[in-house]
Amino acid sequence: MSQSAVDVPPKGGFSFDLCKRNDMLTQKGLKAPSFLKTGTTIVGLIFKDGVILGADTRATEGPIVADKNCEKIHYMAPNIYCCGAGTAADTEAVTDMVSSQLRLHRYQTSRDSRIITALTLLKKHLFSYQGHVSAALVLGGVDITGPHLHTIYPHGSTDTLPFATMGSGSLAAMSVFEAKYKEGLTRDEGIKLVAEAICSGIFNDLGSGSNVDICVITKGNNEYLRNYMEPNPRTYVSSKGYSFTKKTEVLLTKITPLLERVEITEVGEAMEE
Amino acid sequence: MTKQHANWSPYDNNGGTCVAIAGSDYCVIAADTRMSTGYSILSRDYSKIHKLADKAVLSSSGFQADVKALQKVLKSRHLIYQHQHNKQMSCPAMAQLLSNTLYFKRFFPYYAFNVLGGLDEEGKGCVFTYDAVGSYERVGYGAQGSGSTLIMPFLDNQLKSPSPLLLPKQDSNTPLSEAEAVDLVKTVFASATERDIYTGDKLEIMILKADGIKTELMDLRKD
Repeated sequence: MSQSAVDVPPKGGFSFDLCKRNDMLTQKGLKAPSFLKTGTTIVGLIFKDGVILGADTRATEGPIVADKNCEKIHYMAPNIYCCGAGTAADTEAVTDMVSSQLRLHRYQTSRDSRIITALTLLKKHLFSYQGHVSAALVLGGVDITGPHLHTIYPHGSTDTLPFATMGSGSLAAMSVFEAKYKEGLTRDEGIKLVAEAICSGIFNDLGSGSNVDICVITKGNNEYLRNYMEPNPRTYVSSKGYSFTKKTEVLLTKITPLLERVEITEVGEAMEE
Repeated sequence: MTKQHANWSPYDNNGGTCVAIAGSDYCVIAADTRMSTGYSILSRDYSKIHKLADKAVLSSSGFQADVKALQKVLKSRHLIYQHQHNKQMSCPAMAQLLSNTLYFKRFFPYYAFNVLGGLDEEGKGCVFTYDAVGSYERVGYGAQGSGSTLIMPFLDNQLKSPSPLLLPKQDSNTPLSEAEAVDLVKTVFASATERDIYTGDKLEIMILKADGIKTELMDLRKD
């Protein structure tokens, strides 16, 4: 029996026992398996009546597009949504987990969730994993105290901002915000600005692409505009189409019996009942 | 004491994809026009196709600075050839020159992934595919660059080259017409652009025939 079983910590979570071994392996030249990252441009801004969140829809695995139309705006509560950049599994898992925690909390307190509650739950979780949970989030919503917008970094630090961008396309999007943002935008102006910022990320950042998703959250109402804009249609579809007629070539057919066929002749008495 | 590794690299990858298809009396060479570095775009309009001789066109992806240097060397060698032989270099001759030039820098290679296309002495299309240090082979079609792994299997399926091991020797050129080959190239690039982040913006197609070279430009996804 193996004597070198890895001990799982009593309360679950990560065990860092194999880190030394992994370091030794990377020094010897072994490449670690790559993660599915979302590349990404995610943004949020506060407008007159609430919060608008935006995101692109491309998920990459290195230089390849793994998903051309994924959803990066995650539901947290009816009045709170969260955009996620970084490792796709991490953003999904952490937003699902906090979403469940918020629901249980709503049942217990008989009140709508507050954004700062979601913020604290997320940052505590991310800090305790010391940055290994690679999730960079833009959290926004409207609660009883008003509209709120926060950014959360993988190591657990947070910012409270009137407009924010995250992901590999954050610089492209931020340049648009810094040029055109002002306080007290109307709903249409806000949507137009968010779409412009995401498009800037889509066209200028190679890690972001495809479509624009938008989520508008106001007091008592939210609108999830999936694929609000689709500025990247396929450029060429062959009119005649292509067929794949070549089937697998059969080179040789040979039947090898596994067991020798044995002929059984009826001998002996019939079985007793 | 573990060996210290350099944290500066003399190379960079500017991305992009190049494809060439040889026909009975034509050769189609195509490449996208996007030049990138890391996650940023440097140019949406950079040509990766370069005419070396009347009947030989080179398309290279990889590190464009090395590609430019390689083109300079080939251009000057071709000029010397023209002075010495009073004629242009044929495509197979250019192919060998390219191979030798690449192997010359075997221990500090040109980071260039080349596809050479043109017409041979008989007027038939020819395509030569290379690795970074000069190993080359005459083929019926080839793809190099970031999108090559997405494109090559589809070309294999549609244009399957007969194995060079089979006898009698079969012609590797495709029986497709020029228009069909161009349609295939457009389809293949539109598909590669969907899934490869380094391929996109515009597609430049050069069609080489005995009477001259025609160039076509097609839009690709810009995201």
